[in-house]
Amino acid sequence: MAGLATSLGAGAASNSLEQIKDADVLFIFGSNTTEGHPIVSLHVNAAIRNGARIIIGDPRRIDLVKFSDVWLNLRPGSNIALLHGLIHIILRDGLQNDEFIKNRTEGFDELREAVKKYTPQYTQQITGVSVDKLEKAARLYAKAKNAMILYGLGVTEHHTGTENVMAIANLAFTCGHIGRPSTGIMALRGQNNVQGASDMGPAPNVYTGYQYVSKPEVREKFERAWDVKLPTIAGLKSVEMFDRAIEGTFKGLFTMGADTAHTDPNINHIWKAFDALEFFVVCDIFHTHTTRFADVILPGASFAEKDGTFTNGERRVQRVRKAIEPLAGMAEWQVLQELSKRMGFEMNYTHPSEIMDEIASLTPNYGGISYERIEKQGIQWPCPTKDHPGTTTLYELQFNRPSGKALFVAVEHAGSGELPNTEYPYVLITGRRLQHYNNGSMTRRVRGIMELSPEETIEINHADATRLNIAHGEKVRVSSRRGEIYVKAEVTQRSQAGNVFLAFHFEDALTNILTSGVRDPIAGTPEYKACAVRIDKL
Amino acid sequence: MTTAIAQDTITLTINGKTVTAASGKTILQVCRDSGIYVPTLCYDERLEAYGGCRLCLVEVKGQGRPLSSCTTPIREGMEVTTDSDRITRLRKTVLELLLSNHPNDCMLCEKAGACTLQELVYMYGVRYDNYYGEMWNLPKKDDNPFISYDPNKCVLCGRCVNICQNVVMKGTIDMTGRGFYSKPDTAFGKPLTPDICVFCGQCVSACPVGALTEKQARGKGRVGSVERVRTTCTYCGTGCNFYLNVNKGKIVKVTSDYAAPVNKGNLCVKGRFGYDFIQHPDRITKPLIRREGVTDTSPEVLKDPMAVFREAEWDEALDLVASKFMELKNKYGPDSVGGFSSSRCTNEENYLFAKWVRVALNTNNVDNCARV
Repeated sequence: MAGLATSLGAGAASNSLEQIKDADVLFIFGSNTTEGHPIVSLHVNAAIRNGARIIIGDPRRIDLVKFSDVWLNLRPGSNIALLHGLIHIILRDGLQNDEFIKNRTEGFDELREAVKKYTPQYTQQITGVSVDKLEKAARLYAKAKNAMILYGLGVTEHHTGTENVMAIANLAFTCGHIGRPSTGIMALRGQNNVQGASDMGPAPNVYTGYQYVSKPEVREKFERAWDVKLPTIAGLKSVEMFDRAIEGTFKGLFTMGADTAHTDPNINHIWKAFDALEFFVVCDIFHTHTTRFADVILPGASFAEKDGTFTNGERRVQRVRKAIEPLAGMAEWQVLQELSKRMGFEMNYTHPSEIMDEIASLTPNYGGISYERIEKQGIQWPCPTKDHPGTTTLYELQFNRPSGKALFVAVEHAGSGELPNTEYPYVLITGRRLQHYNNGSMTRRVRGIMELSPEETIEINHADATRLNIAHGEKVRVSSRRGEIYVKAEVTQRSQAGNVFLAFHFEDALTNILTSGVRDPIAGTPEYKACAVRIDKL
Repeated sequence: MTTAIAQDTITLTINGKTVTAASGKTILQVCRDSGIYVPTLCYDERLEAYGGCRLCLVEVKGQGRPLSSCTTPIREGMEVTTDSDRITRLRKTVLELLLSNHPNDCMLCEKAGACTLQELVYMYGVRYDNYYGEMWNLPKKDDNPFISYDPNKCVLCGRCVNICQNVVMKGTIDMTGRGFYSKPDTAFGKPLTPDICVFCGQCVSACPVGALTEKQARGKGRVGSVERVRTTCTYCGTGCNFYLNVNKGKIVKVTSDYAAPVNKGNLCVKGRFGYDFIQHPDRITKPLIRREGVTDTSPEVLKDPMAVFREAEWDEALDLVASKFMELKNKYGPDSVGGFSSSRCTNEENYLFAKWVRVALNTNNVDNCARV
């Protein structure tokens, strides 16, 4: 999200899901949409039926490849080279949108310089994608009337994740494919309320709506509303909290609804941090790897037990409604209120709608949102006033940067943080499977889902399996510099030779023991999508 | 794409009333927009209309034969009649023919009360026994965790096949056999397995009768006995809406919200069938406090959490949390404590959580899992 914020001015998808079906070209990059976002993939299907041309950028032969015109089967970690290779071809052939570049962007000269060296041959060398495919994809995207980019965590979960997103933005700006319906950049958000959680400001440097804690006028507004004196300097990012816990200077943590000890990469490090805490409170609906470190576990309420809102990946604020009473008697909003009272700070909300009213009064983008207005249908922010209809397409007139213009950022290919070598010769890519969800604490408790997908398997290419003498269904050891797990092999053409794939939904095969602690230094996003592993026959 | 020409408006009359609508729409769409009821079985807004069930027939002045309103575009000056003796007779015949090969099983049927066929037979006063003939006696298929299929109840409207082929683009099922023997099925009648089916249940959501139903919900409450609560899915970030069906405090089923802006009634396997966890016996329903002197944090804890934790009342747990955080804050300073929230929680909870950290702990040490 930091990438989009730098290039465009807002860390959110620029367009709406409904517009996907009317695009002429869809460039789907680092997203196994069919499994990760099944309903978004139905919008992609509608576009295909309307005649859209499809470009896929993904190291795996995902399902959508069979409907695609070009499959850019890049090596993990070569996203920037690929995107700048495409821009190189577009500029070489004069297919760029000069008017858009001149009127609506800045920094183009630097980008032109930066992409010079990414000739098709050089790009092929780095990415492994053939020159033909690069040429075809560049022309398809550039010549489209309306081309839309959908990208997923395959883009952001790299140590150059932020730069990868900037490179995607560069491509869209070069061709002027943004600021109109059925164009733009759609970031497909992994979890139900990633957008909302980001918008609401549980973040060390911003309050709601990305308002900086460092700005005195912003801070004063919140001090007035909350009737307290607020700290002036930014706080610690979660990774910094964990590091300091190990150092011994960070003592007490309250975690609400996250299973960090399962889903963070290099979890041995996280386990050490949680062990080092003096006091650890976890709020969750199930026992997880995280709750086992807790001093106090507070029972959470599932989405069916409370009123509230989620904000989806197209910035749409939608209602969550209470269907049954909270199993533990209280929902989180009530728990937080009780806790706050006990610490001397009264909170007296009688219903979550009152919390939303307070959010609206303090957050320009949510200014016009209220439960009454979103009763029938959610509203897409920005929605600054009570009579504003919401916004389906961002940047129609200007970008959210001080100059009003989009910024080309001349990023450079840097590769993955951990590369394969002779000892650890395979690149492990991690991701989700259709039937399961994240740490699996919910989906593993759905009987039918466990019948369909009972255990973790590692996807390995036929060629690699033959070399290692591994048969389909055979149990193997997968190890990295950080640990090892045992899983069955799924011999397939889905993963290309040299790459293997694991999901992370099971408690007994903790994939994140393997993943590296390398992170994107800007956003702090871990590199889930590439680490070096070895596979051993047992 | 034909969206460009849909801007002009057309004036026509329906049942003597003047109606204005955008060109490019069908008679059925205009009727529905204007609140005029026309019965359908095979029509589904998510699909291209194909005029298969012949129930939406209407009379158009100047046309000798009735036309299927779902496939006929409106034209300037058109005079449409949606109900007449002739139309009623035709609709009744269609229903009688359907009933001639339909089990009279409404008492036990999951779909009773929400079945389009049942509703139409009731409305038109159709009898069961007007046509005699051969009847299907096919085995029910229950060969998978989520979808029950009783082919004997199928009315061959084709919606399940159409949605699987054209919206999901999976092609798991198709019409098989010919004539009297045609029915929707998998290739060679194979069981539904993950190799061929994604278990999105779009077929179930499209079925107007009790042929395709949610297996897990069988016997747990039909439309009359459940309360339906519209909400937003808790899994991925797409933002699908659906109805949680609640019967006596239990969530028994998820059903489609066809008006949902993002998903139009479509769902995935998790959204439609992944609700067991909500009232699972493993849920933590009481605050838990670590037992005095127990330091184990190893994965073994998960095997028997109650050996490590003891149940407590809310007051005790909250008092403890509040006093411990106050103590740490006073002893080591506000920057020694913090909070970590999650994309799994609502906006209101995330807001309140950040507010609690900033106000009560007086630090900006607050983060969320969005970057992860």
